[in-house]
Amino acid sequence: MTLDTQFTDQKFKLVGSRPDRPDGVDKVTGRARYGADASAPGQLVGAILRSPHAHAKIKKIDTSKAEKLKGVKAVITSADLPDLTNGNRGNYDILENCMARGRALYDGHAVAAVAAIDAETARRALSLISVDYKVLPHVTDVDAAMRSNAPIVQPHVRTAGGEPSDKPTNIAQISTFGHGDVEAGFAKADKIVEKSYKTEQTHQGYIEPHACLATVGPDGQGELWVTTQGHYTFRNLCASLLGMDIAKLKVTSSEIGGGFGGKTHVWMEPLALALSRKANRPVKLVMSREDVFRASGPTSSTSMDIKIGCTNDGRITAATATLRYQDGAFPGIWGMLGAMTAFACYDLENVQSVGYDVLVNRPKVAAYRAPSAPMAAFGVESTIDLLAAELNMDAVEFRLLNAAKEGTKASYGPTYGPIGIGPTLEAVKNHPHMHAPLGKNQGRGMACGFWFNFGGQTCTDLNIGVDGTVNMTVGTVDVGGARASLSLIAAEELGIPYEHVKCNIGDTASLGHNDTTEGSRGTFSSGMATIFAARNAIEELKSRAAKTWDIDPEEVDWVDGEAVAKGVEHSNLGPLSLAQIAKASPNTGGPIAGHSETVADGAGVSFASHICDVEVDPETGSTRVVRYTVVQDAGKAIHPDYVEGQFQGGAAQGIGWALNEEYIYGEDGRLQNPGFLDYRIPVCSDLPFIDTEILEIPNPNHPYGIRGVGETSIVPPLAAIANAVSNAAGVRMDHIPMSPPRIRKAIKAEAAMHQEVSAG
Amino acid sequence: MAGVHVSTTVNGDDVEFVCPGSESLLDVLRNRLGLTGAKEGCGTGDCGACSVTVDGQLVCACLMLGAEVEGRQVQTVEGMAQGDQLHPLQRQFIENAALQCGICTPGFLMAAKALLDRNPDPTETEIRYALAGNLCRCTGYDKIVRAVSATAKELSQEATTKGSKKR
Amino acid sequence: MRYEAPTSSKAVADLMANAKGSAFLLAGGTDLLVRMKSGAIDPELIVDIKRIPATQAITKTASGFKIGAGVPCAQLGRDAALVKAWPGVVEAANLIGSDQVQGRCTVAGNLCNASPAADSVPAMVAARAKAAIVGAGGRRSVAVEKVVTGPGRTSLEKGEFIEAIVLPTPAPKSGDAYLRFTPRTEMDIAVCSAAVNLTLGPKGVVTAARVVLGAVAPTVVLVPAAAKAIIGSTLDDDALANLAAACEAACAPIDDKRGTVEFRTEVAGVLARRAAKLAYERAGGK
Repeated sequence: MTLDTQFTDQKFKLVGSRPDRPDGVDKVTGRARYGADASAPGQLVGAILRSPHAHAKIKKIDTSKAEKLKGVKAVITSADLPDLTNGNRGNYDILENCMARGRALYDGHAVAAVAAIDAETARRALSLISVDYKVLPHVTDVDAAMRSNAPIVQPHVRTAGGEPSDKPTNIAQISTFGHGDVEAGFAKADKIVEKSYKTEQTHQGYIEPHACLATVGPDGQGELWVTTQGHYTFRNLCASLLGMDIAKLKVTSSEIGGGFGGKTHVWMEPLALALSRKANRPVKLVMSREDVFRASGPTSSTSMDIKIGCTNDGRITAATATLRYQDGAFPGIWGMLGAMTAFACYDLENVQSVGYDVLVNRPKVAAYRAPSAPMAAFGVESTIDLLAAELNMDAVEFRLLNAAKEGTKASYGPTYGPIGIGPTLEAVKNHPHMHAPLGKNQGRGMACGFWFNFGGQTCTDLNIGVDGTVNMTVGTVDVGGARASLSLIAAEELGIPYEHVKCNIGDTASLGHNDTTEGSRGTFSSGMATIFAARNAIEELKSRAAKTWDIDPEEVDWVDGEAVAKGVEHSNLGPLSLAQIAKASPNTGGPIAGHSETVADGAGVSFASHICDVEVDPETGSTRVVRYTVVQDAGKAIHPDYVEGQFQGGAAQGIGWALNEEYIYGEDGRLQNPGFLDYRIPVCSDLPFIDTEILEIPNPNHPYGIRGVGETSIVPPLAAIANAVSNAAGVRMDHIPMSPPRIRKAIKAEAAMHQEVSAG
Repeated sequence: MAGVHVSTTVNGDDVEFVCPGSESLLDVLRNRLGLTGAKEGCGTGDCGACSVTVDGQLVCACLMLGAEVEGRQVQTVEGMAQGDQLHPLQRQFIENAALQCGICTPGFLMAAKALLDRNPDPTETEIRYALAGNLCRCTGYDKIVRAVSATAKELSQEATTKGSKKR
Repeated sequence: MRYEAPTSSKAVADLMANAKGSAFLLAGGTDLLVRMKSGAIDPELIVDIKRIPATQAITKTASGFKIGAGVPCAQLGRDAALVKAWPGVVEAANLIGSDQVQGRCTVAGNLCNASPAADSVPAMVAARAKAAIVGAGGRRSVAVEKVVTGPGRTSLEKGEFIEAIVLPTPAPKSGDAYLRFTPRTEMDIAVCSAAVNLTLGPKGVVTAARVVLGAVAPTVVLVPAAAKAIIGSTLDDDALANLAAACEAACAPIDDKRGTVEFRTEVAGVLARRAAKLAYERAGGK
């Protein structure tokens, strides 16, 4: 059977409805089990000792006293984690990030770990480990790290994509995207706006800290219960780092208490496995909230220069962006992604974006929901607003005039198929929010955003029980309610009630490899695989009916959950329901199942436009979002409640990022606010209801037209809010977060300038 | 190490345990009593994921010592349903899609119940401020607030019906 | 770690006086347990004061109100008489943290934790509150502003503890208010704050005032010059401007992760003005 991924524009009976999610009861009763909720007999408690220095040589680690403490069963350092990476630098970086190898690269870098009979003993054991550090100069700012005299974080790094040189540098990579001739383009421009911006580092802020329960035996077999976005990826990585066979490490994903990209990487799981192997007992290792902030994977902080030119009619003639992203202490692709996404919303003849990936003494940056896009969009969308203002042109009209459409060559390379940026802008233009009156000290802003979305490797099993109810096993972790959507898809395909389908996340021993749930691929990829697995099963169901009727399988159709014999000559044969066929299956050939191993491709880009009203207290700079609207293209909303939920959640994270969230480092290179008290994510009273409008411009590469939805909505808020603040308080903010002291300072500076102007 | 012996009531059941004096109520619930519904999101009272009630008062279990519940009544999310009947809040949370990953949900349910117990007809603002101690990173709070409002409405309609039935 | 929960104030004082190693009092625990978790303290003894009847009640007396040291702040907001008399003190106490924290935290604990940014302290100082202290030497009463001597430090002797906070009956036509600045609407430590307690005479003229700033110095700052600026006025714009200027002059804040010197100083003045207006309304002014 060929796997046809073309969009079919079919009419749906179930897809698009809003049934209860299958894991709902477990989650509202406390029965659902997350990473820290599992226990094993004889388990030990793990704890990690972390460097208090941003950059230091580790001269000596003396663990002897800790080892002798009663109740301590294992103590490890990097000596217990031999380098098995065989030249794979990416894996070596992961190994070194999990535990320092002779040098501490950031405040919070793990240097040793223990497993003991209880938390108190583990804590005391850590205090008995003595580490002899030689503190080295450090650098935490992305621009400072690029200077020629900056302390070098990774001595072996040379700039990929840069001038060949043997000089150590913190610039790991330079990536360039674009087309046309920007010089010529700027020469044609009537108006040019050129501005620099900065954004501070933020964290995904999932409420559940990283946690796992690891069991490894002397026979090289092991189990890992872990909160993760990708248990297969974790399995492969941990097995590789510990020298275990992949098939012998069974990883089960717990329910996940939020990830947003931060749980696509291992941070301490290999340590739990190593401790368990050494102690020959299960080890439960849970990160404290402080450790999560210090030593998991926040985003990049950035600094950027944006330049856009346009004609007096508002048509952009050239656009450039130079984007500097810090990767933490290990090279990553974050500057590259920023450069790719910066101008993706626009149809540009002449465009160039250059992304720098820069090393600093901070934790290793990980993906955070549309990684790197929000920062670049902040710079570009703020500049677009400035340009529109120069022309006295409406902000939405300006964007409509320049928006990408089907056939546009994107600034990062490919040519777009049918896309939603134009439709979201039209929807915003006509939305009641755009026309609502504003109160005192209030202002309105809007901005656009883009995300690629990904497909990837996916395996799905669909097994039909003898009573006609269906077990589906998928390998993509459910981060937001995907089990409901996948059950809807399976039920839709099979023609049976939603309640007859039970979707489970299988462990790594139960299915072939599944890529991580990231890139908004969960419903898209597993949805695709579910469709194919269901169609696979339907072929088998038809064949069983044919066998029962003793006719050719070609003469059987599947309609509304029943096998129907085609043609007048078979009109005497009544239909056979799925339940009937299932009941007979032991006698017609055994259990009926459908499988799909696929690389889901063609995820379909997703665009959004947001509208935001803020109120700024001019005397204090205090800023509140008073109204917010998300308009985003979902391709096809399988379960609209959960699509809305993704829109709202991404917007809320963007609002926090725009207004208050930032990593604050001291002169000493230590993180000063590793907790929810001073790392300020939005609380319930900070936000209004977040209105949503789902557009459905079908993705031509998916049978249902599904596009990824989870990420795009974090991209516009930074600029939407900056644009709103500009309209509310008359100040253009170029530094995120726009915390009250920064806004107040800008208001004062603006007032002083006006005084000067009127005085002079 | 001398432990503290505590006799208390959890979700209506008599419970006894011994714990170190320094152990938090949260650790007692999760690690000694197997009640993992209350979660540790921060351990410092900043996220509300460990919310429980003690003698009817909403508290963060991470900010209370296990020893302090001697003779008190502790309620956790595991005690919210009555047998196989979910509490209206639990049902409305599911129906209104007021949870995505669900890690904050037990804490929100406890906080929302504490709110409705003292204020059966809260405004949107009152709901938002009452729930300010519970962090959610997935939902943006929108559907949570709607679920609480819907529950308040449902409970008041129930009360009206019961009232009118009496006549 | 030893945990004790005696049922008399004398027993508390004795335990604390005789403690060999580090000993801490436990009221609401919302500061203590956080410090334990961070490893900042490692107590050998914790003495829980909440089983003592005297610490558990809000009592209306002839001369005012007595708030037991174990009374959670949530309870203050439910006491109608207290809210009517001292709305500023109650609103300050009710700003300390979430509903969960409110169910546990106490004003006595807030005072003794001695954070420069404590929410209840400026309002208590403005209200002329006193701390009823019990110790080996007996009982004494101390003005609340004399209890805190610096960040994390109090003037209490070893073996002494606060059994209750005592508020006077407010003079007729008085009103008080407390405002603080936080970046979010809730859940933040005050970046700066201001409490104003004032009394009106005939024609809405301010006859007495106390203005206290929080989070702008190592301890709260009583600003007599700010009070002077509004006494004799009906809170016209000039008086308010002078009040704000006096407050700014009295600030000695630091730059830290929660705010800058510049911001704290300026906003303290803004809040003092706004708190003064609120107190004036509550006193029956225009």
